[in-house]
Formats: sequence, C-alpha cells, structure tokens
Amino acid sequence: MKRLFLTTALTLGLTAPAFAVQPAAGEKLAENQTYTFWLLDAIKTSDPHKNTDVEGSDIIRQLFEGLLNEDAKGAPIPGVATSFDLSDDKMTYTFHLRPEAKWSNGDPVIAGDFVYSWQRLANPETASEYAWFMELMNVENATAVVKGEKKPEELGVKAVDDHTLVVKLTTPTPYFPKMVTHASTFPVNPKVVEAEGDNWTQPGKLVGNGAYVLKSHDLGVQISMDKNPNYWDAANVVMEHIKGLTVNDNNVALTRFQAGELDRVQIPAGQYPRLEKESPNEAISIPYSCTYAYLFNLRDNGPEALKDVRVRKALSYAMQRDVVVNQILQGGQKPAYNWTHWAIEGFKMPDIDYAKWTQAERLEKAKALLAEAGYGPDKPLKLTLQYNTDENHKKIAVAAQQFYKQLGVQIELNNVEWKVHTDRLQSGDFQMGRYAWCADYNEASTFLDYFRTTGMNYGKYSNPAFDKLMDESKTSEDPNAQYTAAEQILAEDMPLIPIYQYAKVDMIRDDIKGLPTENVMNDWYAKDIYRIQK
Amino acid sequence: MFGYILRRIAVAIPTLLLLIVVSFLLMHAAPGGPFTQERALPPQVLANLNAKYGLDDPLWRQIVNYVWGIVAHFDFGPSFVYPDRSVNQIIAAGFPVTLTYGALSFAAAVLVGVSLGVTAAIRQNSWIDYLAVGTSIGAQVLPNFVMAPILVLVFTLWLGWLPGGGWGGPIFWIMPVIAMSTSFMASIARITRSSMLEVLGSNHIRTARAKGLPERKVILRHALKPALLPVISYLGPAFVSMITGSVVVDMYFSTGGIGRSFVDSALNRDYAVMMGITILVGALTILFSLVVDVLYAWIDPKIRY
Repeated sequence: MKRLFLTTALTLGLTAPAFAVQPAAGEKLAENQTYTFWLLDAIKTSDPHKNTDVEGSDIIRQLFEGLLNEDAKGAPIPGVATSFDLSDDKMTYTFHLRPEAKWSNGDPVIAGDFVYSWQRLANPETASEYAWFMELMNVENATAVVKGEKKPEELGVKAVDDHTLVVKLTTPTPYFPKMVTHASTFPVNPKVVEAEGDNWTQPGKLVGNGAYVLKSHDLGVQISMDKNPNYWDAANVVMEHIKGLTVNDNNVALTRFQAGELDRVQIPAGQYPRLEKESPNEAISIPYSCTYAYLFNLRDNGPEALKDVRVRKALSYAMQRDVVVNQILQGGQKPAYNWTHWAIEGFKMPDIDYAKWTQAERLEKAKALLAEAGYGPDKPLKLTLQYNTDENHKKIAVAAQQFYKQLGVQIELNNVEWKVHTDRLQSGDFQMGRYAWCADYNEASTFLDYFRTTGMNYGKYSNPAFDKLMDESKTSEDPNAQYTAAEQILAEDMPLIPIYQYAKVDMIRDDIKGLPTENVMNDWYAKDIYRIQK
Repeated sequence: MFGYILRRIAVAIPTLLLLIVVSFLLMHAAPGGPFTQERALPPQVLANLNAKYGLDDPLWRQIVNYVWGIVAHFDFGPSFVYPDRSVNQIIAAGFPVTLTYGALSFAAAVLVGVSLGVTAAIRQNSWIDYLAVGTSIGAQVLPNFVMAPILVLVFTLWLGWLPGGGWGGPIFWIMPVIAMSTSFMASIARITRSSMLEVLGSNHIRTARAKGLPERKVILRHALKPALLPVISYLGPAFVSMITGSVVVDMYFSTGGIGRSFVDSALNRDYAVMMGITILVGALTILFSLVVDVLYAWIDPKIRY
C-alpha cells in the first residue's frame, strides 16, 4: 500500500499548511469582500449530479466540496479527504476523510454520504446526464448499474467506517485522483435530497458542504452565495459574498465590467490587444484546456476523397492556423498541430513534422499530396464544411474556405443551429465538421481516448496501433510516453485538422487576488480569493 | 353580445388544442432532442433519461398525457433542461417580469404614440408634423438590439445613472421599457396620424365644424374615437407581444423574463418549456383579440355582434 499524499511523486497534502490563499506581505484586505463574476447563461441546476455545464460546475464548486480540490496549478490537494492509499494492484483507492468536515446544517460529512452520492449519480432513476462519468472513472460495476443490470448498491464504492471510503476500479486509472475533483463526484446530503425531492436545490433548502451557502437564485438573472460558517476551513476563507450575474451578451458584459458591476468577464474575440494595452493589469490570457478542430467523416457513408490520407493531410497542411490565431481570435490562443492541449499537466508535446514547416512549405506539400491523390484543375475536390451558428465559427470557416481556394479545393459552408449540428455529427451526416473538445480532467487521456475505436469519435477513425497505445497507457508507469506516440499516429493518419488550442481571455479587476492563472482547467475556488485595498 | 363572447370562448378551446398538437409535432420533428449534446450520451443513459421524461412513449400518448396533465392538474410538466424546475415555476418566475416591463412599455407606447400621431395630423405639414414623423421613423428604423447596448453604454457606463441589467425595483425597469416601447410607439404614431387625417377629412367632422363646435371638442369628441379604430386592432396583438417579452430585452438587460426562455427553449429543445410558453402566448392572443372585438363594438356603434 502506498500512502500517496505522503510518499509518491505527487507529494501532496498532509504536511502542507492551510490551503486558502492569504494576502501576501504588504497587501491590505479591502472592507468589501464581495466577488461578482459573469455567467453567460442561466444556471441549469446546482445539483452536482444533474449539472452538465462548466458554469454550473463553477457554482457547485463553491457550494460543495469533493474528496480532493485543486491547487492554483490544478494539481489535486486534500478536500474532504486528507489523504488516500492505493493498493498494489492499483485498483483500490482508500480515502481518509477529515472528521471535522460538516454540512452547512451542521451534520458531519461521512463516507456514507459519498457512497449515497456516487450511487445516485449512477442510478438510472436519477437519469443523470453525467452518469457516464462513473464509467469513465472505471468504478467497479458502473456500467451495469447505469444500464440497470445491477443495483446501485453494487457500485464499487463502500464506507468502511464514517471516515474511510473505499473505491474499487475495474482497471488501473492513473489519473483517478484528478477525476475526483470533478463536480459530478461531489457529495450531496442524503437526508435533504430524500426529504425535498427535485426541489432540494432551492435557496433555503440546499444543504452543501462547500465554503459557501446558497442565498438566492433568480434563473437567468443572478445567483448569490454567502460564506458558510460551518465549513471546516471557514477561518481561512476571506471572501464573504460571491455573486454570479447572467449577461447573455459578451459585449454588454464587458461594458458592465467597465461600469464596475462585474469583477471578471470574458473578452470578446479580437478585443484583447486593445484592452491589454489599455489595462495591462486587468487583461489576462491563460491557457485553457480545449482544442478546436475540424473533424473528417471517415465512415463508410462519408466522402470517398476523405478516406485517402493524402487528401486529409493536404487539407490539414493548407489550414493557415497563424491567420486564425493572429488575425481572427487575437487572444493569445496557440496554433494547434496536435490534439491534446499543450498545457495539460505532464503532457510532453509531440515532435510533429509539419508544425515546424513554414506555411509556404505546407502549402507546397499539400498541393503535391492532392495531385498525387488524383485531384487537380480537371478533377477539383469539393467538400462541405459544417459548423454551428456562432460569429467566431463563421469567421474561421470563411477563412478556411479562402485557404482551400489556394489549394484548388472548393469548400461549401453549411451553417446550422447547434442542436442540428450536434445531431448530424453524432449520426455521421457530415463531411467536415467543426468540433472542440474540452478536458474532463487534467490529463492527456481525456483528449486521446476520444479517437479510440470505441471512443466518442464522431468521424469513426480507427487504428489498432493507436488503440493499443491507449490500452498500454492505462497501466504504464509514465503514460505520457504513450500519449506522445499516440499523437504521432494522429499526425500520420490525420483524422482531424487541429486548428487552435484555447486560451481563457478575461478581464479580472486588479484588486481581486487569488484567482488561479496557471490551472489549465480554469477551475476556481472562491475560498481562495480575496480583495485588497487599492 | 354575451352570447357572442361565449361562442368565441367555445371556439378558443379547439383552437388551443390544435395549437398544442401542431407545435408538439413540429417540435419533435426538429433534429436533435433535449439531451443532444456535444458529448454523445451513452445509450443506456439516454434510455434512462427518455424513460424518466416519458419520451419513449409513442407521440400520440405523449400528447394525450401532456394535455391531460394541463386539464386535470394545470401541470405543464417538468423542464427538460432545468431539472430542478417545473414549467409552472419557470413561467411563474419569468412572466411577472415581462408583464411588468411589457405593460409599462404598452402604456408608454400608446400615450406617446397616440399624442404624436394626433398632433402630427392636426398640424399636418407643419414643423411639428415633420418632427413627429421624423421621430417615429427614427424610432422605427433603430432596432432594439442596436438600441439596447447603446442605452447600457450611455446610462450605465458614461452617466452611471442606471444599473446595466438585472431585475428589481423601478430603476431596473427604465431601460427595458425604453428599448421595448420605441418601435411600437413609432408604429402607433404612424397609424394614428394617417387614420386621423382620413377622419378629419370626413363628412361628420365637416358637420361638427359647420355647427360651430370649438376645434378641441371636434378633435376629442368626434375625431379621436373613430380614428382610433385601426390603432386598436393593432394594439391587441401588440399588447400580447409586449407582455410576453422580447428576447432582445431579456438578453441585453438580463431581466430573467420569458422572452428569452421562449427562444432558449426552442434552441435547447426544452419541449415542455416551449410548449408552456407557446400555450401562454396562444391563450393571451386569443383573449386579447376577443377584447379588441368587444372594444370595436363599443367604439363604433355600426358594429353589432
């Protein structure tokens, strides 16, 4: 058995001081400890097991606390669990919960609450859209429980006593500790959920174990939370009130930031250079764990031309990523030549050949490949590119159309509404489709598993060598070697055109401190934030 | 008259039923569903969701269950997208908001629009007329999605007088009302002006003037009432579309009204919310076209039902 927090390379935890960020020397706290952040849309729910949105997770992370939290760089640190042990077969995790953890109603947080919660997530009766997360975590019997073939009680999670939680996995999962920082693994209070039914998330009824309690929630207007005096680390929580304001228009949100109504807001595409010049202390651009790409449909019903790897390579080479990043987005995004985001923890960027060529070289190579594949002026290649309604997707698609003109390829643009787009991608009714993938956890497999034969893989790419590498990565001491090799295969087979890797481009008021700028997941904990006197 | 109203209500019920069935079918015909998302759901999870919301029943049974829920319990079902809210709760939270700014916008639009129209008609081809017509054309061509961000820019950022959005006391109502009422006001002013001009040229006004009535009386007692007839037929549907809100106003001012919910529910395939708001708008439309017809009879003695 290894006590991970004490002994392994992660060296986290027990010996570390309190985690709440404290003002640095010379910083004086402001009187007003209220943090107001921007929400683009109405919050679907504050139920950790029914939420599916990033913004919902941001709220849930304040109201609830999982087994582990993330530090400023995204590495797992103790949350409700102070430490965990891993069995020698790497398939059993034993979490030790802190005895002082409490629910906001004063009840102790016990291991049984986690058992109830994880069973609830997987239980078909809950009909959670994130039930698959239990399967992704490889928790024993998760798939059978989700399918209704086994009872929720048979899920591989047990409480040995009130403060010891044992999780059994079906296969070694090196990134498992990172997955339990995900909001869908957070505990709910069994008594409250059973008593209140679907209404338990309403203000006044909601009981959480996070650093904040829900004060009010007007759907699509605002949600506000106050510091939770029953939180085990409340003494180190500085921020008293947090408030999320919904503003459906990014430009109006920016105006309201400038009018002082918001403390953090996203910068609309193309405005970063100007704002960075005007307020260098407030405009930030930090890596964000998503990759933007065009997928090729490689299914039997897909276009013949795209089954030829030379055509796919030609199309990828001719994509002028620098123009997309520097002329259209202008927010510090990086051109992508591979699938996994460069800033994912531990990921070693592969040495992709065409990334090092100049655009002129790429174009030349692309023309040669296309000619080799039999396409040219007398037999022009015609393809359709489908994207969903959005100003930026449109700009990039129009630019792509121009890039491909230089190659003699005619691209027809097909703009459809979001649901239609998604539906067609999933049913394979497309030729080239816009796509983006965001990490579920801070590890490269969240990207690479996508292209496994059994993965989500809307274009139905399949390569046994790739699958084998990904299988090996699960039990490997250092899976990053397999990940880098897997990326090389993707660059050879080119089932997609990677276009750019995201950056989070935001304005943050300069007296707000403690928001993480190095966590590629961009998960934040209000308990770590404080406002200083100007 | 009473019999007429009863007959109209009797016709309204099958009309609403037809509305429900047609919208239900159209909605289900659209590609994708409430649970279609970027990451395809595993089949068993999708099956669980469909079972929970009754989407695995045949369509006819879904419609029957839905209508029965409304008739028997006044229950419009659970939202598919907001799992801890029912359609009744969403409408109960959003409708008072749009009702408030909608009714105020209506009052403002009618008051300003009719006054502008009447003044312009009486002083036809004077500078007042040109000013009124110019203003109303300006208001008409300035769409609210342009006006809303400008209002926020001016009143929130530059002047700092009003909050840039949200919902609460009267201070939050001002910008939504301005954005909502302007184009309606412009239409009302134009309709009033042209109809007033027509009435002012008619025989009974000449008679009224010939018998020596003062101009004020001629306008208020004899011209205004008939001149308002076309305005009123415009006001019925305008009132409904104002109190059921506008997606633009809800979006730019974060009011939380049902205008935004309506569009969102269509895009999200939140079947139940979309049906709920469709029925609300449908019922209100039917109700207010009836009100308009009754008003007609009151204004124009020639009309008898």
